[in-house]
Amino acid sequence: MEITEDTVKHVATLSRLEFSDDEIGKFTEQMGSIINMASQLQEVDTEGVEETVQVVDRDTVFREDKPEHWQGEDRETLMENVPEKANGFIKVPVIIEKDDNE
Amino acid sequence: MNYLNETIDSLNKKLASGEISADQLAKDTVENIKDTDKKLNAWITVEDDAKPAENLDFSKNKLAGIPIGIKDNIVTNGVKTTAASHILDNFMPMYDATVISKLKAAQATFVGKTNMDEFAMGSSTEHSYFGATHNPWNLDKVPGGSSGGSAAAVAGGQVVAALGSDTGGSIRQPSAFNGIFGIKPTYGRVSRWGLIAFSSSLDQIGVMSKRVKDSAEVLNVIAGADEHDSTVSTREVPDFTKFLGQDVEGLRVAVPKEYMEAVDGDMREAIQKQIDLLKENGAVINEVSLPHTKYVVPTYYIIASSEASSNLQRYDGIRYGYRAKDTKNLLDVYVKSRSEGFGTEVKRRIMLGSFALSAGSYDKFFRQAAKVRTLICNDFDKIFAENDVIVGPVTTTPAFGIGEEISDPVKMYNNDILTISANLAGIPAASVPAGLVDGMPVGLQIMAKRFDEGNVFKTADFIERNNKFYEKTPTGMED
Amino acid sequence: MNFKSTIGLEVHFELKTKSKIFSPSPVSYGAKPNTETNVIDWAMPGVLPMVNKNVYRLGIMVALATHAHILPTTHFDRKNYFYPDNPKAYQITQFFQPLACDGYIEVEVHGKKKRIGIHEMHIEEDAGKNTHGTNGFSYVDLNRQGVPLLEVVSEPDMEDPEEAYAYLEKLRKIVQFTGASDVKMEEGSMRVDTNISIRPAGQKELGTKVEMKNLNSFDHVRRSLAYEQKRQEQVLLSGGHIQLSTRRFDEATGKTVLERVKEGASDYRYFPEPDIAPDHISQEWIDEIAKELPKSAFERYDDYVNKFGIKPYDANVLLQTKESSDFFDAAVAAGADPTLAANWMNTQVNGYLNDNRVNLADVKLTPEHLAEMIKLIQDGTISSKIAKKVFAETIANGTDPKKYVEEKGMVQLSDLSVLEPMVTKVVDDNPQSVEDFKNGKDRAIGFLVGQIMKQTRGKANPKVVNKLLNKELASR
Repeated sequence: MEITEDTVKHVATLSRLEFSDDEIGKFTEQMGSIINMASQLQEVDTEGVEETVQVVDRDTVFREDKPEHWQGEDRETLMENVPEKANGFIKVPVIIEKDDNE
Repeated sequence: MNYLNETIDSLNKKLASGEISADQLAKDTVENIKDTDKKLNAWITVEDDAKPAENLDFSKNKLAGIPIGIKDNIVTNGVKTTAASHILDNFMPMYDATVISKLKAAQATFVGKTNMDEFAMGSSTEHSYFGATHNPWNLDKVPGGSSGGSAAAVAGGQVVAALGSDTGGSIRQPSAFNGIFGIKPTYGRVSRWGLIAFSSSLDQIGVMSKRVKDSAEVLNVIAGADEHDSTVSTREVPDFTKFLGQDVEGLRVAVPKEYMEAVDGDMREAIQKQIDLLKENGAVINEVSLPHTKYVVPTYYIIASSEASSNLQRYDGIRYGYRAKDTKNLLDVYVKSRSEGFGTEVKRRIMLGSFALSAGSYDKFFRQAAKVRTLICNDFDKIFAENDVIVGPVTTTPAFGIGEEISDPVKMYNNDILTISANLAGIPAASVPAGLVDGMPVGLQIMAKRFDEGNVFKTADFIERNNKFYEKTPTGMED
Repeated sequence: MNFKSTIGLEVHFELKTKSKIFSPSPVSYGAKPNTETNVIDWAMPGVLPMVNKNVYRLGIMVALATHAHILPTTHFDRKNYFYPDNPKAYQITQFFQPLACDGYIEVEVHGKKKRIGIHEMHIEEDAGKNTHGTNGFSYVDLNRQGVPLLEVVSEPDMEDPEEAYAYLEKLRKIVQFTGASDVKMEEGSMRVDTNISIRPAGQKELGTKVEMKNLNSFDHVRRSLAYEQKRQEQVLLSGGHIQLSTRRFDEATGKTVLERVKEGASDYRYFPEPDIAPDHISQEWIDEIAKELPKSAFERYDDYVNKFGIKPYDANVLLQTKESSDFFDAAVAAGADPTLAANWMNTQVNGYLNDNRVNLADVKLTPEHLAEMIKLIQDGTISSKIAKKVFAETIANGTDPKKYVEEKGMVQLSDLSVLEPMVTKVVDDNPQSVEDFKNGKDRAIGFLVGQIMKQTRGKANPKVVNKLLNKELASR
């Protein structure tokens, strides 16, 4: 699988990261060799093999539907780290367009 | 106060008898950390006014009043928690990780947060926004990573034990590099609530200490069910110290040929010596094969990076953490905060993970890796059907030099080949000192089947008793 | 040229739980911003989700009510995208192994019955809310973050807007009567997205889809689909082609407006959520839930009309909400006469609710109160007129009708030993009335009844008084 600069730019957009032209070049090369290594996986015969996405000891773990307020309805501890806030809201610069994942 | 010759038992005795007060111990510990950390840089945050819990009960709580180091990716209420990242360098948690709540209930003392590779991605603790940590055996060498701060803090005598996290070897490799014991328990043995996620299906909190028993004591406290984590087991937690002091007569020990082929020279000899020791004492040694070993590196990097790419999306500059200045719009906030806030290695893995999950790549990479993971798990199941433990090297070499960092990520990733299988299979695995190679410590890896930490402790304790590696003082700490 | 339309609907229901799907934060409306949140809703570093059992229970109810096949093993997945109201930058949903699939509902359109398939339904979390300011900023409130949703995805089985409308009506009624959701479009507890494509009759492959999101009402769904149908026809007839796009319905003009063109499918990088183990849904649990499943609106209608003899119109009024139907059923179960109970529900009770702009759940009247009051009327203890007074008191203050009637001395006067002498006297005192009565003037009786009522302050049982007067006058 060929990793091109366009692939890297596309993935950067998905990841909300930006790189200089130099970095794009470097990443393209590095990603290329990583993906090349990862492509070895294609040689493994996995016909009929189930996927393992987690190795857990139990399943069907449920919580009862009991509401609980965070620390007595105190939102202040939650808001403390917010870079910009107003009247109990988190303030963010204007949203230009809903995510498109181009 | 340094801990080079202390254990939890010796400290408990001193505290109970009043030879030293817990307040004084906390104070002395902080003082010593500040002093020795000029050499090591093992800590991101040191709590100047560290205080023990109140109403200490030394007979009920072994850890009462004893300072424990905490890796900085474990959240601590009211104590800055950064994951060694610029993007969280001002983050003040408002809740405690479950392991912290449990340590608090056991009346341990908290003195600060240890250095690490950013978001636990790396194996040298050079990828920290707060600078590299140095190896106490040779200050020019790396302590390994990502729990390098915890490892150096323990090896350098700053604390008697510390918590680390292990996603692909992040406890075992630095433990090996620093000549200490470190255990990654079974996935699901310890709650991950409050562990800043790197790769959710692989991450596990564990313990590092100079002596095997001290890790057993701490694991006794932090293990067990938790209503906040649905992936944690509800099995009863045994008293891990019960597995210590036993002999290895009849212990069935598997040695994977792929692991032994990965090392040569003195390194191989150091490991072979431990296998011989077990054999001489009645263990049954079986050479086995883990046929998918050559695929564990790509399998691991696809799965870990994919999960990481998603786990790290929440660092977006909106609700907490670093927000870039001079942004024009929302997209700008996202892109600039993340691009300025994350280090290169983190970005590389986010990119790799986003790619592996993206349209057109998912089946070929993520899904295929998840299937190969099944085959890797099957390999272990087969071996554990006939063996109690698997032993082999932890790393292919001793600690490398600071700044010697391999610029080729593929080569760098291949260094993890011996540790990542345990994470993929979710089995417990530890590193116990196996001697010195070129003046630097190396470790013997011990793995067992899921939830059988008992056999890991039993084997490690046997090796420790015979080698007495703990009697050695790290050469970098002598002056 | 003739065209065929293909319509599919995606409907989101907010499930009626007390706490959120993955965090114990309470679910409620109108709370101050960010007060119904905790560290999980904020996606603070280190937090983990824990599934609310009731979300599955309610989802399974809807699956059962729509004949869907419930998957024995489900798993949550992550849908990755950045947006300020999406704190983790991924939504936890069910993409690969949803809750249920292959359901259907039956509708009747243009006098014909039709079965419309449900492709799948899955549970997922809602996002927070962004309020866009005019000052270049947006404001984020995470109270809604983590509210449980059930998304029901239809097969593209509908061919015209009327079918889509009928499907929505039916689906809403079904979900409403499981009690799983409030199904209120105006409050966002039911949200509809549509997609429509057209193709020349005879052509097999489907045309290009146009999506419309967040429609405000069923009427808008119908109107926007009708508009789109025509618009797309005109585009194709004039030689143009349809763009894969999202459009918005403009209420003022009744037209749809292009929002954005989609270039290929969005890349949400779905993968299995590693923080949540698989969920096995046992047949025992499904059976248990099936037993709890409330009767559907259609079964209830049948009961009301055929068993109780209630008029179809009245039955439908009762069935407008599950709450009123439940209330009515409970009143009947408490011994109320069904016809009288239905009358009271549809006139007095509804009148009160409308006048006071409150919900049935908010008033103090209980089904037992209503049943008791109806019994008091039937056994002649109170008159219908008095009953209205009693009702006003009970619905406002929750006063027990029987007690109230007794305490206030409202019991109807039917005692002959009291009434007979009064009748004799009133006839004696009004000889003119006797004359009028004999001359066939009915008004005479009315006048005399009025006199008795005056004397008894309205408590005399009018039926009894009438009877006694007739007898007395006839004897003169």
